[in-house]
Amino acid sequence: MDELEQFRQETRAWLEANCPASMRVPMKTEDEVCWGGRHFEFSSDDQRLWLQRMGEKGWTVPDWPVQYGGGGLDRKRVKILHEEMRNLGCRSPLSSLGILLLAPAMLKYASEEQKLEHLPKIARGEIRWCQGYSEPGSGSDLASLSTSAVDMGDHYLVNGAKIWTSYGDKADWIFCLVRTDPDAPKHEGISFLLFDMESEGVSTAPIRLISGASPFCQTFFDNVKVPKANLVGELNKGWTIAKHLLQHERSSAASLGATAPGSRKQSLQEMAVDAIGMKDGKLDDPIFRQKLARFHVREQAFTLTMQRVGDEMKAGADPGPASSLLKYYGSETNKERRELMIAAGGLDALGWEGEEFEEGRLARSWLRSKANSIEGGTSEIQLNIIAKRVLGLPQAD
Amino acid sequence: MALVLNEEQHLLKSSAEAFFRERAPVTALRALRDTADPTGFSRDLWREMAAMGWAGTFLPEEYGGIGCGYTELGVVMQAAGRTLAASPLFATVALGASAVLLAGSAEQKERLLPAVAAGETLLTVALQEGPHHRPERVATSAVANGEGYMLSGAKTYVPDGHVADVIVVVARTAGAGDEESATSGEGAGDSAGTAGLSLFLVDREAAGVMIERRSMADSRNMAEVRLDGATGELLGTAGEAWPVIDTVIDRANAVLAAEMLGSAQAAFERTMEYLKTREQFGALIGTFQALQHRAAQMFCEIELSKSVVLKALEAIDADAPDAALCASLAKVQVSDMLRLVSDEAIQMHGGIGMTDEEDVGLYLKRARVAQQMLGDENCHLDRYARLRGY
Ligand SMILES: Cc1cc2nc3c(=O)[nH]c(=O)nc-3n(C[C@H](O)[C@H](O)[C@H](O)COP(=O)(O)OP(=O)(O)OC[C@H]3O[C@@H](n4cnc5c(N)ncnc54)[C@H](O)[C@@H]3O)c2cc1C
Repeated sequence: MDELEQFRQETRAWLEANCPASMRVPMKTEDEVCWGGRHFEFSSDDQRLWLQRMGEKGWTVPDWPVQYGGGGLDRKRVKILHEEMRNLGCRSPLSSLGILLLAPAMLKYASEEQKLEHLPKIARGEIRWCQGYSEPGSGSDLASLSTSAVDMGDHYLVNGAKIWTSYGDKADWIFCLVRTDPDAPKHEGISFLLFDMESEGVSTAPIRLISGASPFCQTFFDNVKVPKANLVGELNKGWTIAKHLLQHERSSAASLGATAPGSRKQSLQEMAVDAIGMKDGKLDDPIFRQKLARFHVREQAFTLTMQRVGDEMKAGADPGPASSLLKYYGSETNKERRELMIAAGGLDALGWEGEEFEEGRLARSWLRSKANSIEGGTSEIQLNIIAKRVLGLPQAD
Repeated sequence: MALVLNEEQHLLKSSAEAFFRERAPVTALRALRDTADPTGFSRDLWREMAAMGWAGTFLPEEYGGIGCGYTELGVVMQAAGRTLAASPLFATVALGASAVLLAGSAEQKERLLPAVAAGETLLTVALQEGPHHRPERVATSAVANGEGYMLSGAKTYVPDGHVADVIVVVARTAGAGDEESATSGEGAGDSAGTAGLSLFLVDREAAGVMIERRSMADSRNMAEVRLDGATGELLGTAGEAWPVIDTVIDRANAVLAAEMLGSAQAAFERTMEYLKTREQFGALIGTFQALQHRAAQMFCEIELSKSVVLKALEAIDADAPDAALCASLAKVQVSDMLRLVSDEAIQMHGGIGMTDEEDVGLYLKRARVAQQMLGDENCHLDRYARLRGY
């Protein structure tokens, strides 16, 4: 038996023995997502156990090096692990902005000490992170940000306000863009700081969204002391790190638009067939059928493009130009999918509360999807980037 | 299978692009048009292409081919599309050779394919009988007559029909004619219309064959083929040709989509150059965000089109069960994309875009003809939905 097949069998056996039965059924609501962190309230003992076991094995981040809390697996083994988890229906043990956004930037730019300090806690779900980028006056024009960090000798003193900080009220630590040189050109006076949200002077105020949820906050910093050891990379060179992180954010946002292989969720097509019915082998609404088919063409073309870009990267191509394309198209595709789900479901899909509407699951997800083309850089900004960086079109002065 | 070209395919791509750039630039198509060339392409050029193996990309070596695949043919067609190069690659190779390879007896393949690969024999497939692609609506009839068959009917818009030495004709040996299939819904693969179809080899010189060239907007080659008791030699099994016809259409569509993609890329690059040189209001027009965003959107649609074209070609070469789905996917995506790119190329050139002297108009004209050939985006969107089960 070859090594990979052996790994597959061992993995399957381990998952069967260690993944609790209740962690092998699809989640019903967003509330069942495991985010980890100091104050996380597990929805069940099984959820806690599942995170703990996977964390000990390093399989919350199977591709990370072992010394940082990862599983140290190569690409083929990571793929096998994910396939086996999918086959058994295992839930993801941990969702985390630390894993998704911060870690790729840390792996590239942080000191060894910083990596050893922070990455294992991210891997085990002990510390939950939030992203302090946007400010009330600085959204698309992020580099104009004004939250300041002043060098006080042994620490930085941080003052200012962030906004749209996802899960700011639930997070333990923040990775934050701050201005450290107010006189330099805007991209050259920014630094990348890490600090504890329990530090004195940090406060948050939740913001309620159109979906009814309050997943993000305004975040205020009032004379917050941050140890100097918490600066990542060089002083005033934070913009490079910020951009690297955004590229990862964009690529992961893009995957929203693709069809997930082996997904167990009810597909748009099944939903449409259920809700609209079939006549002579065709959906019994010719105009909806046409819209659905065109959506599927775009969704499949996009999914294949994700695959092609991935294959090209494996062959050594630079992912840079593709990330804006994928972010733009993926988020617009997901918005279209959600619109079609509402159209297919009719008023059933617009129910808001009550068990008969699964507490408004479809309507709330539809509303949430509208943010896809805003968060992580708006669609217009992605098109600007393509025009400038990929097509080389001249810029107005 | 990885969605990237391998090293040999990359080499083929650059040599094909260089070849068409040097030997068949857009000025070559203009010359064919302006001299009303009776052939509609250069036979010298075709001999050179055949010498490089391009007439036999997917043909096995035993039939004089180079034993590669449709992916390689697509790579060459994409390069040809860039300069709007006219050649028998589509009619003779993508259509004709596909049909003979799929349906022919060993003897028929032996007789025809090496001559095709050598660039000596030209083929085509005569499918359509009206202005639209409705492959199941066939009124042309074939009646058994001793050893062979007698064919009667009228075929429209046969690509390269005026120069093909042998025409593969779709005719009805049994089953419902156009009346019944017309009422049983469009294009239903299993409708009465598809049963009873057969393929025949018809010699262009045979008695009862009348061929008339049709002049089209794209200055490329189409002909009307009338059959009046013409002799046809059966290719494949009588009455059971539909699966072959369906597959030939898929393969030719994937190749056509590659050509369309190449044309779109060239028209797009030309337009980007214009945005970087034309000034208005004291600024390069490429600095206007209204144009930048539309340019970026075209870029995205072209990137998506690259993926579906490669997938459709690879699916053919892998004999994948979803090859038909991938072919229709490619035709819809690429047609939608090309409509956008060819329209915007004109618009972004302003008045210059409307002149015969500027090339973007030639790309627009070729775009619409290619979209219509073997089914436009509406036709394939319907088929795509059907293949997905709704
Ligand atoms: C659900 C959600 C979660 C988020 N999470 C976080 C988070 O955790 N941390 C964080 O820091 N931020 C977060 N954000 C903030 C997000 O990154 C910003 O909302 C985004 O960058 C846009 O900034 P803005 O809201 O200020 O809009 P603005 O920049 O004011 O944009 C308003 C409109 O103007 C357009 N526009 C702006 N500039 C241009 C231009 N140059 N050309 C053309 N059009 C332009 C935009 O595209 C948009 O349509 C989140 C946002 C959402 C919706």
